Amino acid sequence: MAGHASKEIDSKTLWGGKISPFSTSYGKLMMWFFLVSDALTFTGLLISYGFTRHDYLGSWPIGEETFHSLPLLEGNYPLIYVALMTFILIVSSVTMVLAVEAGHRMDRKGVTKWMIATIIGGFFFVGSQAWEWSHFIHGSDFGKVELADGSLAIVKGNFGEIESFEVTVAGHHHMVGDKVTEDLKHEYQHAIADGHLHNGIITLHDGSKAKVNKMANSDMTLIVKEFGGDHEIGSEIEGAEAIAMYEEAVNSGEANRVIYGANMKQNEYGPQHYGQFFFFITGFHGFHVFSGVMINILILLGVIKGTYHARGHYEMVEKTGLYWHFVDLVWVFVFTFFYLV
Amino acid sequence: MLRDDIIEYSLDAHHSEEKGVELRKTIWKVTFLLTAITAVEVALGSMIKQSSDYWQIIKWIFIVLTIVKAGYIVLSFMHLGDERKGLKYVILLPYFVFAAYLIFILLNEGTAIFGALSEVAN
Repeated sequence: MAGHASKEIDSKTLWGGKISPFSTSYGKLMMWFFLVSDALTFTGLLISYGFTRHDYLGSWPIGEETFHSLPLLEGNYPLIYVALMTFILIVSSVTMVLAVEAGHRMDRKGVTKWMIATIIGGFFFVGSQAWEWSHFIHGSDFGKVELADGSLAIVKGNFGEIESFEVTVAGHHHMVGDKVTEDLKHEYQHAIADGHLHNGIITLHDGSKAKVNKMANSDMTLIVKEFGGDHEIGSEIEGAEAIAMYEEAVNSGEANRVIYGANMKQNEYGPQHYGQFFFFITGFHGFHVFSGVMINILILLGVIKGTYHARGHYEMVEKTGLYWHFVDLVWVFVFTFFYLV
Repeated sequence: MLRDDIIEYSLDAHHSEEKGVELRKTIWKVTFLLTAITAVEVALGSMIKQSSDYWQIIKWIFIVLTIVKAGYIVLSFMHLGDERKGLKYVILLPYFVFAAYLIFILLNEGTAIFGALSEVAN
């Protein structure tokens, strides 16, 4: 009979029917079956992402152009952050194997130590993902701009600081001559997205109008992503010309000429589908990581209590280990197909 | 209270101290390899632009490296390499058959839809 071990099997490993398929326990085999089905779910998601991208006529966002920021640091660090996330997950996978290895030697202290390390790694990953989502949702300084000819372009450059809004027409809150100095960038971007900035005059939330005192943007590059009539896809516009074209859109007073960040309807990085796939695939993976951490915590409690030690084996650690490695495995593919390629 | 329905476990659930030293060596070796591959991927990804002539090759390098990484995770970290041959096939074969089918659909139907959309656009 295929799969049966030829050697003597001790009675504890036998299933109810007095055989032990593939010499594995019931729980471990079922964990593998679950992982195969979950792997197919993720395969389906990534394939549908590839499908959408494959038949998309315009240009798809490029990983190193979209993900190039680090927390607390200014500047351009393409892919470094996701690489760091990948590294965190690989390390926590390693600590998990070490926990399983310690379990095989019935080393309770070792299992506890490595399980705690794994849980910490998991929390780090979930936290990193939260930061990345927040960054993705809030978007860049410049957003995506629709140029005068209808072409869509993403923008790189240095954002000139906003000093104040000088109120020229009073509204509900502000008097003429007031200088608004708080929450400037946020208000500025909102006004542009809604078409409330017209020739350097911003209409604030309370209805007052104000003059924007802002330093000039510099080192600007527009990278065209969608063809609107004049500019080819992929062409780059630089220097004074880029700044003039961008300022035209910003000061047009038309809504949706500039889009910041991402939501389920639109995003500054690329087509609508791109944002939706980003949220769904990384979100579904993040949900797996989160539940993995929770399961690891439960198992850790069992280890500390000595439940598995009394049982004579640490197979529960091995089974959660399988799930945890699977989460790492999925991330390896998400990393390649969402960020690299 | 001990439940006797959950004390069953798999063969090879224990090993000796000496075997442990050896296993840990392998684990660290695989760790180093996975980290190195990720570093190479990021370096390639940030150095070579998608508009470059080499991009097509780079893309394939990424896919091969990903599969190598996945192989190490599944066979070494998940210990599938140490399981019985039958179990390996039961897990890997159905997965690869479905995945290959889905990739075929992606390329075939995706190309057809791309063609149809391009015609409408022109």
